[in-house]
Amino acid sequence: MGQLEIEKISDTTFVLQMGPHHPATHGVLKLWCEFEGERVINIKPDVGYLHRGVEKLSESKTYPGAMTLTDRLDYISSMTNNIGYCLTVERLMGIEPPRRAKFIRTIVSEMTRLSSHLLWLATHALDIGAMTVFLYAFREREQILQFFEKICGARLTVSYPRIGGVRVDIEKNVLDEIDKFMDEMLRRVDEYETLLTENRIWLSRTKGVGQITAEEAVSLGLTGPALRGSGVYYDIRKLMPYDAYPEVEFEVPLGENGDTYDRYLCRIREMRQSALIVKQCIEKMPEGEVLSEKSPDIDIPHQGKRKIEAGDSLWSGFIAFSQEKHDLMPKGEIYSAIEAPKGELGFYIVSDGSGRPYRMRVRAPSFIHISAIPKLCEGHLLADVIAIIGTLDIVMGEADR
Amino acid sequence: MHPSTNQPELIEVEEGTKIIKGSNVIITTLDKVVNWGRSNSLWPLTFGLACCAIEMMAAGASHLDLDRFGILFRASPRQADVIIIAGTVTYKMAPIVKMVYDQMPEPKYVVAMGSCACTGGIFNTYSTVQGADQFLPVDVYVPGCPPRPEALMYGLIKLQEKIMKEQGRWGSWK
Repeated sequence: MGQLEIEKISDTTFVLQMGPHHPATHGVLKLWCEFEGERVINIKPDVGYLHRGVEKLSESKTYPGAMTLTDRLDYISSMTNNIGYCLTVERLMGIEPPRRAKFIRTIVSEMTRLSSHLLWLATHALDIGAMTVFLYAFREREQILQFFEKICGARLTVSYPRIGGVRVDIEKNVLDEIDKFMDEMLRRVDEYETLLTENRIWLSRTKGVGQITAEEAVSLGLTGPALRGSGVYYDIRKLMPYDAYPEVEFEVPLGENGDTYDRYLCRIREMRQSALIVKQCIEKMPEGEVLSEKSPDIDIPHQGKRKIEAGDSLWSGFIAFSQEKHDLMPKGEIYSAIEAPKGELGFYIVSDGSGRPYRMRVRAPSFIHISAIPKLCEGHLLADVIAIIGTLDIVMGEADR
Repeated sequence: MHPSTNQPELIEVEEGTKIIKGSNVIITTLDKVVNWGRSNSLWPLTFGLACCAIEMMAAGASHLDLDRFGILFRASPRQADVIIIAGTVTYKMAPIVKMVYDQMPEPKYVVAMGSCACTGGIFNTYSTVQGADQFLPVDVYVPGCPPRPEALMYGLIKLQEKIMKEQGRWGSWK
């Protein structure tokens, strides 16, 4: 454990600093743990070791430019971050992306959910002691990242969606490959389950650990699989649908007991649903444009029809966004949220009519989940703290911003 | 033995390394032996800061498998040779990175992975250290945001090449 400082309070209680360099804290999270013997009395999370000033930095960037910062919030699922940001700006500007773009966004965001859950499964199992799952999960994750590379050329920080659509179309053969991979993915999820679901060590490490009731989970502000593990039906894809989610059929897996094992089962079932959503989207994929005419995209457009010329709407959009005042962006404020793999990811943007956000606030699920660690860890052993950090699926990039 | 001179016959297999014919003896410099051993068992510290740590994990996992270069991740700085600064170093984190680096035994090497660790990258803000080389002696810079796992592998191979060129770094009496 890299850095350990033990402070003795009395004969039986002591304080242990866990992190920020600890392999199991999923980044740079520090926990001040107060123990009596080996039982947790109190835990104080200390965040901010990765505070990079993203919100302040976005105030100095144009709306299309600030999107690159959202990649680096939750760096495991950058596609959904981009989509969340783009949706917020689109709703503020009143742009509707073309139908094909909506389907493409749904495909990539579900693939992101798969890759994020795979990384969660890999690290969570590794922390608890199952090394094999780590190697299995990274095998499939690598394939998903290779698909991202075929789609947009980047693996991790993609910046693929644009305000008003997506950057480039996905080619037919890539879609066929993704369709084939999703069939394989469903079999792979079964394979992970054979390793863990009925494993006695896994059961004894996760059952009854970090239990939380539905009322407590709601009052702590948990979202995503952490909330659904307690049996609360809250999924923004169903309740406030965006992109192509109204047009596909899927279930929202719910847990019963709200412990680490139920949250594990929720995420595993969600991975199956994600694969099925991708397959449905590929089947129903409409033809057409992938970028709206009104989009303030500053990239060189890839469709043959749209070339940058002086006086073109694209070019004027680019010029307008670098100026102080223009008529593209209305004044006002907006909050809109999407269902990111970790929970409700919301963007709150205040616009003063200029080309740059006056204020951008990110409602990051990880930050709120960290505040639940003291409640979840009450009365548990030191080893269970590791399991609880893993089950909340924390990424410090979006918690500290 | 050479029949006429009674001298052992030496075969030069590469520059500075000779084999005595008919025996299992290799003659070379101590530098070369130490550097060979050191560069082929680089143990980096499991130390992720931000986005680049995910690509570092991908480089160590099943698909790209850093183990084949003798690179095994160790969780404790006491057992590590290399620290890969994988991500943004903030002012709050920098003293801890320095502390972890100080805990590593000599000889130790630093790889700055990603734009943030090289120069600060896009995060030119009030809270970000503009490059890990402001407080650590960086050996290899791997640019990219984040660099591909192959780029990290290339950087580590460059570090191995660098270690092979070291001279006299193997004892307190040097």
